[in-house]
Amino acid sequence: MAKVTFIEHDGLEQVVDIPTGWTLMQGAVQSGVAGIEGECGGSCACATCHCYVDEALVDSLPPPSETEEEMLGCTASERRSNSRLSCQIRVSDALDGLVVRLPEAQS
Amino acid sequence: MGDSAQADAGMVEAGMVIVGAGQGGLQVAESLRAEGYDGPITLIGEEAATPYHRPPLSKAILAGTMEEAQLAIRGAEFFERQRIALLTGMRVVAIDRSARQVRLEDGRRLDYSGLALATGARVRRLPIAGDGLDGVLGLRSLDDARRIRGALDRAARVVVIGGGYIGLEVAAAARKRGLEVTILEAADRLLARSATPFLAGFYADLHRGQGVMVELGAKVVALDGEGGRVSAVRTADGRSHPADLVVVGVGIVPDTALAEGCGLACDGGVLVDDCARTDDRAIVAVGDCTARRTGTGALLRLESVQNAVEQGKSAAAALLGRERPFTAAPWFWSDQYDVKLQIVGLSAAHDRMVLRGSPEERRFSAFYFREGALVAIDSVNRPADHMVGRKLLDRKAALTPDQAADETFPLASLTR
Ligand SMILES: Cc1cc2nc3c(=O)[nH]c(=O)nc-3n(C[C@H](O)[C@H](O)[C@H](O)COP(=O)(O)OP(=O)(O)OC[C@H]3O[C@@H](n4cnc5c(N)ncnc54)[C@H](O)[C@@H]3O)c2cc1C
Ligand code: FES
Repeated sequence: MAKVTFIEHDGLEQVVDIPTGWTLMQGAVQSGVAGIEGECGGSCACATCHCYVDEALVDSLPPPSETEEEMLGCTASERRSNSRLSCQIRVSDALDGLVVRLPEAQS
Repeated sequence: MGDSAQADAGMVEAGMVIVGAGQGGLQVAESLRAEGYDGPITLIGEEAATPYHRPPLSKAILAGTMEEAQLAIRGAEFFERQRIALLTGMRVVAIDRSARQVRLEDGRRLDYSGLALATGARVRRLPIAGDGLDGVLGLRSLDDARRIRGALDRAARVVVIGGGYIGLEVAAAARKRGLEVTILEAADRLLARSATPFLAGFYADLHRGQGVMVELGAKVVALDGEGGRVSAVRTADGRSHPADLVVVGVGIVPDTALAEGCGLACDGGVLVDDCARTDDRAIVAVGDCTARRTGTGALLRLESVQNAVEQGKSAAAALLGRERPFTAAPWFWSDQYDVKLQIVGLSAAHDRMVLRGSPEERRFSAFYFREGALVAIDSVNRPADHMVGRKLLDRKAALTPDQAADETFPLASLTR
């Protein structure tokens, strides 16, 4: 379980408890975080779950797969060095306290 | 004058009613709020579960890498916050268009000012002997997936009837569990309804390479059983294929019962225009239950998440009297083994195909052209081609076959 803070593009903050093994996307949409769509349900096929991960922690995450890497090249909002697809990040205790910012648009 | 003013003041707005709490129905509700609608929204679904993603049912759920709780598209907090009344485990049995009411199975009637039909589809049954035996299962709902997952735990030999996407995904999941798997497809190739012969051939090779027996031109004539349980599948050539689990994936039948019952125009689906409107201005329809009359007059039936989501957005706008046509190129994906397929556009009418990348390395895109214009792209483990391809098709970019085949040509340069 990890407490993750999602900050919407308009600044709205939400702290969400996400069970270990779930993805950031699943934790967010099930708690009503509005800035993530997750259209493909986590198949890494839509890029509507784009997020900006806390700069301090981004390097401690497992790196993106080739598929995620390519999908990240095609997000609706600007790709940054800390861009990830939230459906590809599995939650563990190590992510407790993570802060995730959401982009202006997902589609 | 006094009368009508009083009547208005005393009238409670009936609000929006959505029948079917799946991908499309939920999208209508969500988009109504996004469009600024502030009145009552009631989302009614026959299934017990809150709206969930169906694609993982034939993928991660069967593979055992995803729990059921992870399937929900939105959680309870979302419905509260958006003030969407979600009624699960409740079937709508009739629509009374003149009274603008729906009737629920418990006898209640709900008034509507706008109504959305998002009833989805049901699995097509086999019109042959033995279809009702234990161990013969279709896959549409979470309940179906539970039954198949349970059966896979006990099965040794699986026969999949029908080589469409769902059948192929089930075959891949069963094979990954080490079971003996046979696919019986009546047509002379896999994916006959939806993909090109080239792509179908790629998938036949892929499955055979994984040890699946792929039988083409195999017409199933009967299912044999022992003690009420299926034991074999018989084909027209006289062969018997032993099985302790049979998964039937021969397509779906759009659920048009309610629409037909109240006299809405249907033609292999509830007929809608590009804005998801039916022939009754108070009623819209979205997703797998629809057939769309496009701007060019063609009848289009799509079974995909994108279609449910985009029609859902159009439908919400239409209920509020706005036009937001869905004209984007259709897209779809399928995951089998370590192969991710992403399709955009409609390849059926193509007259030329060129390849970018290498089918041998399982990393390529097939670009399809008709009279020189790009009409579709199938991407296998090439997600960037697919994502750029969506833009190319939506903008009708002038990509040439030579450019498509040339790996040094930057596709994205045509989207700027
Ligand atoms: C196993 C599987 C795998 C798939 N994989 C993919 C994929 O990889 N990519 C992709 O793009 N698409 C995929 N699809 C297709 C996609 O899931 C559907 O196109 C999409 O779910 C359609 O949404 P819908 O809202 O139209 O219908 P549904 O999601 O089916 O929802 C319809 C709901 O309406 C309810 N209902 C029907 N009648 C009534 C009534 N009278 N009263 C109350 N409720 C009613 C039903 O119970 C159902 O819950 C897959 C589908 C399945 C089954
Ligand atoms: S949910 Fe579709 S890519 Fe993450």
